[in-house]
Amino acid sequence: MAKSSGRGRCAALGFFVTGRMRPARQSAVALVFGCLVALPTAAQTVQERLPICLACHGEKGQSTLPDVPSLGGQQAFYVTVQLLMFRERMRVADPMNDMAKGLTDDDLRSFADIFVKQPPPQPDAGAVDDARMQRAQALVVQNRCNFCHTPSFAGQDNVPRIADQREDYLVKALRGYKDNSRHGYDASMADVMAPITDEQILDLAYYIARVK
Amino acid sequence: MMKHVWTRPLLAGVLCLLGASAFAQQTVPANTPAAAPAAQAPAAPAAQAPAAPVAQAPAALPPGSPLIGRPDNNPAAAKLAPVPAPPLAAAADKIPLDKLKAPKGFTLELYASGMPNARSLAISDKGTVFVGSRLQDKVYAITNKDGKRQVHVLVSGLYRPNGVAFKDGTLYIAELSQISKIEHVDDKIDTSPKPTVIYSDLPKDEAHGWKFMAIGPDNKLYLEVGQPGNNVLHDKDHGQLRRINLDGSGAEVVAFGVRHSVGFDWNPKSKELYFTDNGRDWLSEDLPNDKLNRVTKVGQDFGEPYCHQGNIPDNEFGWGHSCSEFVPPVGLMGPHAAALGMRFYTGTTFPAEYRDQIFVARHGSWNRTNKFGGDIALVKLNKDGTVKSVEPFITGFLENNNYIGRPVDVMNMPDGSMLISDDWNGAVYRLSYGPSKTAGR
Repeated sequence: MAKSSGRGRCAALGFFVTGRMRPARQSAVALVFGCLVALPTAAQTVQERLPICLACHGEKGQSTLPDVPSLGGQQAFYVTVQLLMFRERMRVADPMNDMAKGLTDDDLRSFADIFVKQPPPQPDAGAVDDARMQRAQALVVQNRCNFCHTPSFAGQDNVPRIADQREDYLVKALRGYKDNSRHGYDASMADVMAPITDEQILDLAYYIARVK
Repeated sequence: MMKHVWTRPLLAGVLCLLGASAFAQQTVPANTPAAAPAAQAPAAPAAQAPAAPVAQAPAALPPGSPLIGRPDNNPAAAKLAPVPAPPLAAAADKIPLDKLKAPKGFTLELYASGMPNARSLAISDKGTVFVGSRLQDKVYAITNKDGKRQVHVLVSGLYRPNGVAFKDGTLYIAELSQISKIEHVDDKIDTSPKPTVIYSDLPKDEAHGWKFMAIGPDNKLYLEVGQPGNNVLHDKDHGQLRRINLDGSGAEVVAFGVRHSVGFDWNPKSKELYFTDNGRDWLSEDLPNDKLNRVTKVGQDFGEPYCHQGNIPDNEFGWGHSCSEFVPPVGLMGPHAAALGMRFYTGTTFPAEYRDQIFVARHGSWNRTNKFGGDIALVKLNKDGTVKSVEPFITGFLENNNYIGRPVDVMNMPDGSMLISDDWNGAVYRLSYGPSKTAGR
């Protein structure tokens, strides 16, 4: 297999994108994403590609980028399904469709096996709005999120781990299911989200990002 | 082995570096995206405990949820959920063909593999086999040229294209909420043909929205519009079998009171339509049975959701109704068995006892502690078209209460063999009588 010529630059990029950011993040992220898509220039092995994944999804799968999910401890089945859906454009989300282009079935499995072995994300250490947590927990019970995602929100099979996922990504994902811009592998989330308001989405994401 | 091909030019790399530095300048440390108020609050209630008691009662589940009817606080029931199909097809050498058992004298071979979520089957007059899928966006074509079998992706970008049917050179595809066609399909296998929509007056519900479709002896397309949920009082546009003309006109309901039928065929003698129907979930471990129904008159009502398996009034919707108002099933296919694709065997190479009998793919249960089904069942009929017996015919898809394969559809081949699709392994098998004549792989 040919070697990647973009690998060194990717590692450097990983350095730049580490750390929290807020202002002007959208344009910055757009540029970084454009960059990442551009990087791979030749056939690469999974290990050669991994730094490109981690540049956005974070060291050990702990994302520090807005709207980019942490993948540490993610269910292997779920990761495989999502990569497949990116590759086949059944789920459209830049830059992942380009990133997954040309991956073999075995590549998909290998990436999934790598991320499942990384540590799961940790709850945010900052102060917590207790009233909001309680309000959201009632919503969780009311909407039975724990039925499929399990009581610890670690997920199972094609149901993802959501515990302590990035709050902004959770909001984005829930909104995507709600307005049907994101298709699931099956229809469970679209169905579940039908009665949920945007205000409730914000509370749910707040809670799940901090669940202990 | 596929190669990873990347075509971005060097210019992009330059952009990359620019982007990275611009990014670095704009990066400032910040709090979590939604900054929390300063109040130091105790940790959230322990997430490990199942559903900590909260004053609010659970909201009504969405009508399409497979959890409707699940008893609360029952640990055995809490373990049951639809079994997700593997997203990738099994490699040909990993398909557990040697574990599948057919009766003595029959041979089971691998016909084709590498078709993730392979579902419904159809065949062209030139011998091309079309395979629909539910969780993928593809219809596959298996061609047979000079003894060489090849799998092609015929169309991509479809939405739950479970149903396929073929007539006079044209392939018909049933997606979740539209029916389309590809004319002269055999000439277009590798040209990514774009299907032409012929009918879209269909609901868009996901639950039981994927469709089986077949062409009847009256030259019409028959398709299902399922009940949009486990057990719901559906409106007049759901819970039925419909037929339309091949140009999409003349829609007409053929059968009412259908919960979810993913297979049907016509009795070659009586020309009557038989269809499988999946029974509701969560009534109990052992009831109700899936049904085999027979339509003797257009517009008959088969009872869902008021009456299950012909003799169980629904505990919620059955009040004020009697099962005697509805047409009872001709056969019971087992509890939660997921009896899907079914065809009358019309070939001549199986022994005579199988002719005009029904082979049914039982996908297998999820809503049952000890799984049931995961086999091809043989339904033997009496002379009057009623059911004499239902017996497992090909077994082994279920091993230690886990699926190693799940059959979806069966189809007659011109040479008298039958094909069986398996959406778990993404494969199609060939069942023949007598020793193997064609190498499967």
